[in-house]
Amino acid sequence: MDKNDKDKHNDKIITIVDAGLGNLGSVRRAVEHIGATPNLVSSPEGISQARHLILPGVGAFRDGMEGLRERGLIDPIRDYAKSGRPLFGICLGMQMLFSQSEEFGEWDGLDLIPGRVVGMEPVERVNLPGYKVPLIGWNSIKPARDGAWRGTFLGSTTPGTEVYFVHSFFAKTKMPEDVLAVQEYGGQTMCAAAKRRNVMGTQFHPEKSGEVGIAMLSAFCGLP
Amino acid sequence: MDIVASLYERNNLTEIVKEAAKNIFIPLTVGGGIRKIEDIDAILRAGADKVAINTAATKTPELITKAAKRFGSQCIVGSIEAKRQNDGTWEAYTDNGRIRTGLDAIGWAKRLADLGAGELLVTSVDNEGTASGYDFDLIRKIAPHVPVPVIASGGAGKIKDFSRCVLESKADAVSCAHLLHYNETTIAQIKKHLAEERIGVRQTYG
Repeated sequence: MDKNDKDKHNDKIITIVDAGLGNLGSVRRAVEHIGATPNLVSSPEGISQARHLILPGVGAFRDGMEGLRERGLIDPIRDYAKSGRPLFGICLGMQMLFSQSEEFGEWDGLDLIPGRVVGMEPVERVNLPGYKVPLIGWNSIKPARDGAWRGTFLGSTTPGTEVYFVHSFFAKTKMPEDVLAVQEYGGQTMCAAAKRRNVMGTQFHPEKSGEVGIAMLSAFCGLP
Repeated sequence: MDIVASLYERNNLTEIVKEAAKNIFIPLTVGGGIRKIEDIDAILRAGADKVAINTAATKTPELITKAAKRFGSQCIVGSIEAKRQNDGTWEAYTDNGRIRTGLDAIGWAKRLADLGAGELLVTSVDNEGTASGYDFDLIRKIAPHVPVPVIASGGAGKIKDFSRCVLESKADAVSCAHLLHYNETTIAQIKKHLAEERIGVRQTYG
Protein backbone atom coordinates (compact mmCIF):
# COMPACT_ATOMS: atom_id res chain seq x y z
CA MET A 1 0.00 0.00 0.00
CA ASP A 2 1.72 3.23 -1.06
CA LYS A 3 1.37 6.67 0.47
CA ASN A 4 -1.21 7.78 -2.09
CA ASP A 5 -3.61 5.00 -1.14
CA LYS A 6 -3.44 5.97 2.49
CA ASP A 7 -4.73 9.43 1.70
CA LYS A 8 -7.36 8.09 -0.66
CA HIS A 9 -10.08 7.82 1.91
CA ASN A 10 -9.40 11.22 3.44
CA ASP A 11 -10.58 10.26 6.90
CA LYS A 12 -13.92 9.00 5.54
CA ILE A 13 -15.95 7.61 8.43
CA ILE A 14 -16.51 3.87 8.32
CA THR A 15 -18.99 2.61 10.89
CA ILE A 16 -18.35 -0.72 12.54
CA VAL A 17 -21.04 -2.54 14.50
CA ASP A 18 -19.88 -3.23 18.05
CA ALA A 19 -22.26 -5.83 19.49
CA GLY A 20 -20.01 -8.12 21.51
CA LEU A 21 -19.25 -10.08 18.37
CA GLY A 22 -15.56 -10.65 18.75
CA ASN A 23 -12.31 -8.80 18.41
CA LEU A 24 -13.06 -5.55 16.59
CA GLY A 25 -9.48 -4.41 16.93
CA SER A 26 -8.27 -5.89 13.68
CA VAL A 27 -11.14 -4.43 11.65
CA ARG A 28 -10.68 -1.06 13.32
CA ARG A 29 -6.94 -1.07 12.65
CA ALA A 30 -7.46 -2.12 9.05
CA VAL A 31 -9.81 0.83 8.50
CA GLU A 32 -7.22 3.17 10.04
CA HIS A 33 -4.49 1.64 7.92
CA ILE A 34 -6.30 2.58 4.70
CA GLY A 35 -6.69 6.17 5.85
CA ALA A 36 -10.32 6.10 6.93
CA THR A 37 -11.74 6.78 10.38
CA PRO A 38 -13.40 3.88 12.19
CA ASN A 39 -16.51 4.63 14.21
CA LEU A 40 -17.60 1.81 16.52
CA VAL A 41 -21.32 1.93 17.27
CA SER A 42 -23.71 -0.15 19.32
CA SER A 43 -26.84 1.97 19.14
CA PRO A 44 -29.67 2.35 16.59
CA GLU A 45 -28.70 6.01 16.07
CA GLY A 46 -25.14 5.06 15.31
CA ILE A 47 -26.34 2.63 12.64
CA SER A 48 -28.77 5.05 11.04
CA GLN A 49 -26.12 7.77 10.75
CA ALA A 50 -23.64 5.50 9.01
CA ARG A 51 -22.67 5.96 5.38
CA HIS A 52 -20.56 2.76 5.21
CA LEU A 53 -21.31 -0.05 7.62
CA ILE A 54 -19.19 -3.08 8.49
CA LEU A 55 -20.71 -5.96 10.45
CA PRO A 56 -17.88 -8.10 11.85
CA GLY A 57 -18.45 -11.31 13.76
CA VAL A 58 -16.71 -14.25 15.33
CA GLY A 59 -18.44 -17.07 17.17
CA ALA A 60 -21.83 -18.73 17.06
CA PHE A 61 -24.74 -17.49 14.93
CA ARG A 62 -27.22 -17.51 17.78
CA ASP A 63 -24.93 -15.43 20.00
CA GLY A 64 -24.29 -13.04 17.14
CA MET A 65 -27.99 -12.41 16.46
CA GLU A 66 -28.66 -12.19 20.20
CA GLY A 67 -25.97 -9.52 20.48
CA LEU A 68 -27.77 -7.49 17.81
CA ARG A 69 -31.20 -8.11 19.29
CA GLU A 70 -30.17 -7.07 22.82
CA ARG A 71 -29.00 -3.73 21.49
CA GLY A 72 -32.02 -3.21 19.28
CA LEU A 73 -29.87 -3.23 16.15
CA ILE A 74 -31.72 -5.72 13.94
CA ASP A 75 -34.28 -3.30 12.50
CA PRO A 76 -31.82 -0.39 12.22
CA ILE A 77 -29.43 -2.59 10.20
CA ARG A 78 -32.30 -3.75 7.98
CA ASP A 79 -33.43 -0.14 7.46
CA TYR A 80 -29.86 0.89 6.71
CA ALA A 81 -29.61 -1.82 4.06
CA LYS A 82 -32.99 -0.85 2.56
CA SER A 83 -31.74 2.68 2.11
CA GLY A 84 -29.16 1.42 -0.36
CA ARG A 85 -26.08 2.35 1.63
CA PRO A 86 -23.18 -0.14 1.49
CA LEU A 87 -23.12 -2.91 4.11
CA PHE A 88 -20.20 -5.35 4.52
CA GLY A 89 -20.43 -8.49 6.66
CA ILE A 90 -17.28 -10.33 7.75
CA CYS A 91 -17.29 -14.02 8.68
CA LEU A 92 -20.17 -14.49 11.14
CA GLY A 93 -21.21 -10.99 10.11
CA MET A 94 -21.67 -12.22 6.55
CA GLN A 95 -23.58 -15.28 7.72
CA MET A 96 -25.98 -13.08 9.67
CA LEU A 97 -26.92 -11.29 6.45
CA PHE A 98 -28.75 -14.45 5.39
CA SER A 99 -32.22 -15.80 6.21
CA GLN A 100 -31.47 -18.64 8.62
CA SER A 101 -28.65 -20.68 10.07
CA GLU A 102 -28.70 -24.30 11.16
CA GLU A 103 -25.79 -23.88 13.56
CA PHE A 104 -26.71 -25.59 16.86
CA GLY A 105 -30.43 -25.18 16.15
CA GLU A 106 -32.48 -23.12 13.73
CA TRP A 107 -31.97 -19.37 13.95
CA ASP A 108 -33.22 -16.39 11.99
CA GLY A 109 -30.73 -14.00 10.45
CA LEU A 110 -31.13 -10.48 9.07
CA ASP A 111 -32.65 -11.91 5.87
CA LEU A 112 -30.94 -9.35 3.65
CA ILE A 113 -29.64 -12.00 1.26
CA PRO A 114 -31.98 -14.97 0.75
CA GLY A 115 -30.30 -18.19 1.78
CA ARG A 116 -29.31 -20.53 4.59
CA VAL A 117 -26.16 -21.04 6.58
CA VAL A 118 -25.29 -24.74 6.68
CA GLY A 119 -22.52 -26.87 8.13
CA MET A 120 -19.50 -28.25 6.31
CA GLU A 121 -19.43 -32.02 5.87
CA PRO A 122 -18.23 -33.65 9.10
CA VAL A 123 -14.70 -35.09 9.05
CA GLU A 124 -15.96 -38.68 9.33
CA ARG A 125 -17.89 -38.33 6.09
CA VAL A 126 -15.09 -36.86 3.99
CA ASN A 127 -12.32 -39.28 3.24
CA LEU A 128 -9.71 -36.69 2.35
CA PRO A 129 -6.42 -36.40 4.22
CA GLY A 130 -5.92 -33.07 5.90
CA TYR A 131 -9.64 -32.25 5.90
CA LYS A 132 -10.40 -30.73 9.28
CA VAL A 133 -13.37 -28.78 10.54
CA PRO A 134 -13.39 -25.90 11.25
CA LEU A 135 -11.28 -24.67 8.38
CA ILE A 136 -8.68 -22.52 10.08
CA GLY A 137 -6.27 -21.34 7.48
CA TRP A 138 -5.67 -19.97 4.04
CA ASN A 139 -7.60 -20.99 0.99
CA SER A 140 -7.93 -19.53 -2.46
CA ILE A 141 -11.02 -17.85 -3.83
CA LYS A 142 -12.31 -17.69 -7.39
CA PRO A 143 -15.07 -15.72 -9.10
CA ALA A 144 -18.45 -17.47 -8.99
CA ARG A 145 -18.87 -16.75 -12.71
CA ASP A 146 -16.75 -15.10 -15.36
CA GLY A 147 -16.47 -11.42 -14.65
CA ALA A 148 -18.38 -11.71 -11.37
CA TRP A 149 -15.90 -9.49 -9.56
CA ARG A 150 -15.96 -6.60 -11.98
CA GLY A 151 -17.27 -3.44 -10.34
CA THR A 152 -17.30 -4.98 -6.86
CA PHE A 153 -14.95 -4.78 -3.88
CA LEU A 154 -13.14 -7.74 -5.49
CA GLY A 155 -12.65 -5.82 -8.71
CA SER A 156 -8.86 -5.60 -8.27
CA THR A 157 -8.39 -9.01 -6.66
CA THR A 158 -6.59 -11.66 -8.68
CA PRO A 159 -8.62 -14.90 -9.03
CA GLY A 160 -6.96 -17.62 -6.97
CA THR A 161 -5.84 -15.20 -4.29
CA GLU A 162 -5.46 -16.82 -0.90
CA VAL A 163 -7.35 -15.41 2.04
CA TYR A 164 -7.78 -16.43 5.68
CA PHE A 165 -10.76 -18.46 6.79
CA VAL A 166 -11.98 -19.60 10.21
CA HIS A 167 -15.33 -21.37 9.96
CA SER A 168 -17.32 -24.58 10.02
CA PHE A 169 -20.51 -23.18 8.49
CA PHE A 170 -21.02 -21.47 5.17
CA ALA A 171 -23.80 -19.69 3.32
CA LYS A 172 -25.93 -21.33 0.64
CA THR A 173 -27.54 -18.51 -1.31
CA LYS A 174 -31.03 -18.97 -2.70
CA MET A 175 -30.09 -17.10 -5.89
CA PRO A 176 -26.91 -18.27 -7.59
CA GLU A 177 -26.18 -14.73 -8.79
CA ASP A 178 -25.77 -13.61 -5.16
CA VAL A 179 -22.61 -15.72 -4.85
CA LEU A 180 -19.63 -13.53 -5.62
CA ALA A 181 -16.66 -15.80 -4.83
CA VAL A 182 -16.23 -19.50 -4.13
CA GLN A 183 -13.66 -21.66 -2.38
CA GLU A 184 -13.02 -25.38 -2.66
CA TYR A 185 -12.46 -27.34 0.54
CA GLY A 186 -12.89 -31.01 1.35
CA GLY A 187 -14.48 -31.64 -2.02
CA GLN A 188 -17.10 -28.96 -1.38
CA THR A 189 -17.56 -25.75 -3.34
CA MET A 190 -18.61 -23.12 -0.86
CA CYS A 191 -19.62 -19.49 -0.98
CA ALA A 192 -16.64 -17.39 0.09
CA ALA A 193 -18.17 -14.00 -0.69
CA ALA A 194 -21.69 -12.87 -1.47
CA LYS A 195 -23.27 -9.71 -2.82
CA ARG A 196 -26.82 -8.60 -3.38
CA ARG A 197 -26.81 -4.98 -4.56
CA ASN A 198 -25.52 -2.88 -1.65
CA VAL A 199 -25.34 -5.79 0.80
CA MET A 200 -22.16 -7.82 0.62
CA GLY A 201 -19.85 -9.91 2.72
CA THR A 202 -16.95 -12.31 2.96
CA GLN A 203 -16.80 -15.62 4.78
CA PHE A 204 -13.04 -15.05 5.15
CA HIS A 205 -11.38 -12.29 7.16
CA PRO A 206 -10.05 -9.56 4.87
CA GLU A 207 -8.48 -7.85 7.89
CA LYS A 208 -6.45 -11.02 8.50
CA SER A 209 -5.55 -11.74 4.90
CA GLY A 210 -2.63 -9.40 4.50
CA GLU A 211 -2.40 -6.76 1.83
CA VAL A 212 -4.91 -8.40 -0.52
CA GLY A 213 -7.54 -8.23 2.21
CA ILE A 214 -6.71 -4.64 3.05
CA ALA A 215 -7.20 -3.81 -0.63
CA MET A 216 -10.71 -5.32 -0.52
CA LEU A 217 -11.66 -3.24 2.51
CA SER A 218 -10.22 -0.21 0.79
CA ALA A 219 -12.39 -0.91 -2.25
CA PHE A 220 -15.46 -1.24 -0.04
CA CYS A 221 -14.66 2.06 1.66
CA GLY A 222 -14.29 3.62 -1.79
CA LEU A 223 -17.89 2.80 -2.67
CA PRO A 224 -20.07 5.92 -2.87
CA MET B 1 5.85 -16.35 22.73
CA ASP B 2 7.32 -15.33 26.04
CA ILE B 3 8.61 -18.82 26.74
CA VAL B 4 9.77 -18.18 30.28
CA ALA B 5 6.81 -16.14 31.37
CA SER B 6 5.57 -18.89 33.66
CA LEU B 7 9.04 -19.48 35.04
CA TYR B 8 9.61 -15.84 35.87
CA GLU B 9 5.93 -15.17 36.58
CA ARG B 10 5.79 -12.20 34.29
CA ASN B 11 3.01 -10.75 32.18
CA ASN B 12 4.25 -7.82 30.11
CA LEU B 13 2.92 -9.02 26.84
CA THR B 14 -0.01 -6.68 26.27
CA GLU B 15 2.12 -3.66 25.42
CA ILE B 16 4.26 -5.61 22.99
CA VAL B 17 1.13 -7.10 21.44
CA LYS B 18 -0.49 -3.68 21.02
CA GLU B 19 2.52 -2.34 19.17
CA ALA B 20 3.03 -5.44 17.07
CA ALA B 21 -0.64 -5.70 16.14
CA LYS B 22 -0.75 -2.14 14.77
CA ASN B 23 0.68 -3.11 11.43
CA ILE B 24 0.00 -6.81 11.22
CA PHE B 25 -2.92 -7.86 9.06
CA ILE B 26 -2.49 -11.62 9.28
CA PRO B 27 -3.43 -13.76 12.29
CA LEU B 28 -1.34 -13.13 15.38
CA THR B 29 -0.96 -15.81 18.06
CA VAL B 30 0.49 -14.84 21.43
CA GLY B 31 1.67 -17.14 24.17
CA GLY B 32 3.61 -17.12 27.40
CA GLY B 33 2.35 -17.06 30.93
CA ILE B 34 -1.33 -17.12 30.13
CA ARG B 35 -2.90 -18.41 33.31
CA LYS B 36 -6.52 -17.35 33.40
CA ILE B 37 -9.48 -16.09 31.38
CA GLU B 38 -8.66 -12.47 32.20
CA ASP B 39 -5.18 -12.90 30.69
CA ILE B 40 -6.69 -14.22 27.47
CA ASP B 41 -9.18 -11.36 27.34
CA ALA B 42 -6.40 -8.80 27.81
CA ILE B 43 -4.20 -10.32 25.11
CA LEU B 44 -7.04 -10.54 22.61
CA ARG B 45 -8.09 -6.98 23.31
CA ALA B 46 -4.51 -5.87 22.80
CA GLY B 47 -4.74 -7.18 19.26
CA ALA B 48 -3.92 -10.87 19.22
CA ASP B 49 -6.24 -13.22 17.35
CA LYS B 50 -5.26 -16.37 19.19
CA VAL B 51 -3.51 -17.33 22.40
CA ALA B 52 -1.18 -20.29 22.91
CA ILE B 53 -1.37 -22.01 26.28
CA ASN B 54 0.94 -24.69 27.68
CA THR B 55 1.70 -24.62 31.42
CA ALA B 56 -1.71 -23.41 32.60
CA ALA B 57 -3.46 -26.11 30.59
CA THR B 58 -1.46 -28.85 32.26
CA LYS B 59 -2.34 -27.46 35.68
CA THR B 60 -5.99 -26.59 35.02
CA PRO B 61 -7.19 -28.29 31.83
CA GLU B 62 -10.67 -26.82 32.30
CA LEU B 63 -9.16 -23.43 31.41
CA ILE B 64 -9.02 -24.61 27.79
CA THR B 65 -12.69 -25.54 27.77
CA LYS B 66 -13.78 -22.34 29.49
CA ALA B 67 -11.68 -20.27 27.14
CA ALA B 68 -12.94 -22.08 24.04
CA LYS B 69 -16.54 -21.53 25.14
CA ARG B 70 -15.98 -17.88 25.89
CA PHE B 71 -13.74 -16.84 22.98
CA GLY B 72 -14.25 -19.63 20.47
CA SER B 73 -11.89 -22.56 19.95
CA GLN B 74 -10.35 -20.86 16.93
CA CYS B 75 -8.75 -18.49 19.48
CA ILE B 76 -7.18 -21.20 21.60
CA VAL B 77 -3.97 -22.91 20.54
CA GLY B 78 -2.90 -25.81 22.75
CA SER B 79 0.88 -25.67 23.02
CA ILE B 80 2.81 -28.86 23.77
CA GLU B 81 6.52 -29.23 24.42
CA ALA B 82 7.40 -32.86 23.88
CA LYS B 83 10.63 -34.57 24.95
CA ARG B 84 11.65 -38.10 23.98
CA GLN B 85 11.89 -40.63 26.77
CA ASN B 86 14.06 -43.74 26.90
CA ASP B 87 11.11 -46.03 26.27
CA GLY B 88 10.31 -44.44 22.91
CA THR B 89 7.44 -42.32 24.18
CA TRP B 90 7.36 -38.55 24.60
CA GLU B 91 6.59 -36.69 27.78
CA ALA B 92 4.95 -33.25 27.89
CA TYR B 93 7.07 -30.54 29.49
CA THR B 94 6.36 -27.00 30.56
CA ASP B 95 8.48 -23.92 31.17
CA ASN B 96 10.52 -24.27 27.99
CA GLY B 97 11.28 -27.93 28.29
CA ARG B 98 12.29 -27.65 31.92
CA ILE B 99 9.50 -29.08 34.05
CA ARG B 100 8.10 -32.58 33.58
CA THR B 101 4.35 -33.01 33.74
CA GLY B 102 4.22 -36.80 33.81
CA LEU B 103 1.79 -36.60 30.88
CA ASP B 104 2.25 -38.65 27.74
CA ALA B 105 2.65 -35.96 25.08
CA ILE B 106 0.65 -37.80 22.42
CA GLY B 107 -2.25 -38.49 24.75
CA TRP B 108 -2.10 -34.96 26.07
CA ALA B 109 -2.27 -33.52 22.56
CA LYS B 110 -5.43 -35.50 21.83
CA ARG B 111 -6.90 -34.42 25.14
CA LEU B 112 -6.20 -30.75 24.40
CA ALA B 113 -8.16 -31.09 21.18
CA ASP B 114 -11.01 -32.79 23.07
CA LEU B 115 -10.98 -30.03 25.69
CA GLY B 116 -11.59 -27.45 22.98
CA ALA B 117 -8.27 -26.22 21.61
CA GLY B 118 -8.80 -25.16 18.01
CA GLU B 119 -5.21 -25.79 16.95
CA LEU B 120 -2.19 -27.52 18.41
CA LEU B 121 1.36 -26.22 18.41
CA VAL B 122 3.67 -29.20 18.91
CA THR B 123 7.28 -28.39 19.72
CA SER B 124 10.07 -30.93 19.96
CA VAL B 125 12.19 -30.05 22.98
CA ASP B 126 14.98 -32.30 21.73
CA ASN B 127 15.22 -30.83 18.25
CA GLU B 128 14.47 -27.19 18.92
CA GLY B 129 17.43 -24.98 18.10
CA THR B 130 19.44 -27.85 16.65
CA ALA B 131 18.54 -27.39 12.97
CA SER B 132 18.64 -31.18 12.65
CA GLY B 133 15.10 -31.48 11.37
CA TYR B 134 11.67 -31.70 12.98
CA ASP B 135 10.85 -34.68 15.17
CA PHE B 136 9.02 -36.30 12.28
CA ASP B 137 7.86 -39.30 14.32
CA LEU B 138 6.36 -37.09 17.02
CA ILE B 139 4.35 -35.06 14.54
CA ARG B 140 3.29 -38.19 12.64
CA LYS B 141 1.88 -39.63 15.84
CA ILE B 142 -0.26 -36.57 16.50
CA ALA B 143 -1.29 -34.71 13.34
CA PRO B 144 -3.33 -37.40 11.57
CA HIS B 145 -5.02 -38.38 14.83
CA VAL B 146 -6.53 -35.11 15.95
CA PRO B 147 -9.40 -33.21 14.31
CA VAL B 148 -7.67 -29.85 14.58
CA PRO B 149 -4.76 -28.33 12.65
CA VAL B 150 -1.32 -29.20 14.00
CA ILE B 151 1.56 -26.77 13.68
CA ALA B 152 4.94 -28.47 13.85
CA SER B 153 7.72 -26.68 15.66
CA GLY B 154 11.32 -27.30 16.62
CA GLY B 155 14.32 -28.31 14.55
CA ALA B 156 13.78 -27.06 11.02
CA GLY B 157 17.28 -27.03 9.53
CA LYS B 158 16.94 -27.21 5.79
CA ILE B 159 14.34 -26.51 3.19
CA LYS B 160 13.46 -30.16 2.68
CA ASP B 161 12.45 -30.45 6.34
CA PHE B 162 9.37 -28.37 5.63
CA SER B 163 7.99 -30.54 2.86
CA ARG B 164 8.93 -33.72 4.71
CA CYS B 165 7.03 -32.56 7.76
CA VAL B 166 3.91 -31.95 5.69
CA LEU B 167 4.11 -34.97 3.39
CA GLU B 168 5.43 -37.62 5.81
CA SER B 169 4.32 -36.36 9.22
CA LYS B 170 1.05 -34.86 7.97
CA ALA B 171 1.62 -31.54 9.67
CA ASP B 172 -1.02 -28.98 8.73
CA ALA B 173 1.44 -26.18 9.24
CA VAL B 174 5.14 -25.80 9.84
CA SER B 175 7.05 -23.20 11.77
CA CYS B 176 10.64 -22.14 12.17
CA ALA B 177 12.69 -19.53 13.92
CA HIS B 178 16.41 -20.23 13.70
CA LEU B 179 16.50 -20.54 9.93
CA LEU B 180 14.87 -17.18 9.42
CA HIS B 181 16.52 -15.33 12.25
CA TYR B 182 19.95 -16.14 10.96
CA ASN B 183 19.04 -15.42 7.36
CA GLU B 184 19.90 -18.91 6.21
CA THR B 185 16.81 -18.95 4.13
CA THR B 186 13.83 -16.77 3.43
CA ILE B 187 10.11 -17.31 3.67
CA ALA B 188 9.91 -16.92 -0.09
CA GLN B 189 12.43 -19.74 -0.62
CA ILE B 190 10.57 -22.04 1.75
CA LYS B 191 7.25 -21.32 0.04
CA LYS B 192 8.78 -21.86 -3.39
CA HIS B 193 10.01 -25.27 -2.29
CA LEU B 194 6.63 -26.21 -0.81
CA ALA B 195 4.85 -25.15 -3.99
CA GLU B 196 7.29 -27.25 -6.04
CA GLU B 197 6.36 -30.22 -3.85
CA ARG B 198 2.69 -29.43 -4.68
CA ILE B 199 1.90 -28.46 -1.11
CA GLY B 200 -0.75 -25.76 -0.92
CA VAL B 201 0.78 -22.64 0.51
CA ARG B 202 -0.03 -18.96 0.15
CA GLN B 203 2.54 -17.44 -2.17
CA THR B 204 4.33 -14.41 -0.78
CA TYR B 205 3.94 -11.23 -2.73
CA GLY B 206 7.01 -9.16 -3.61
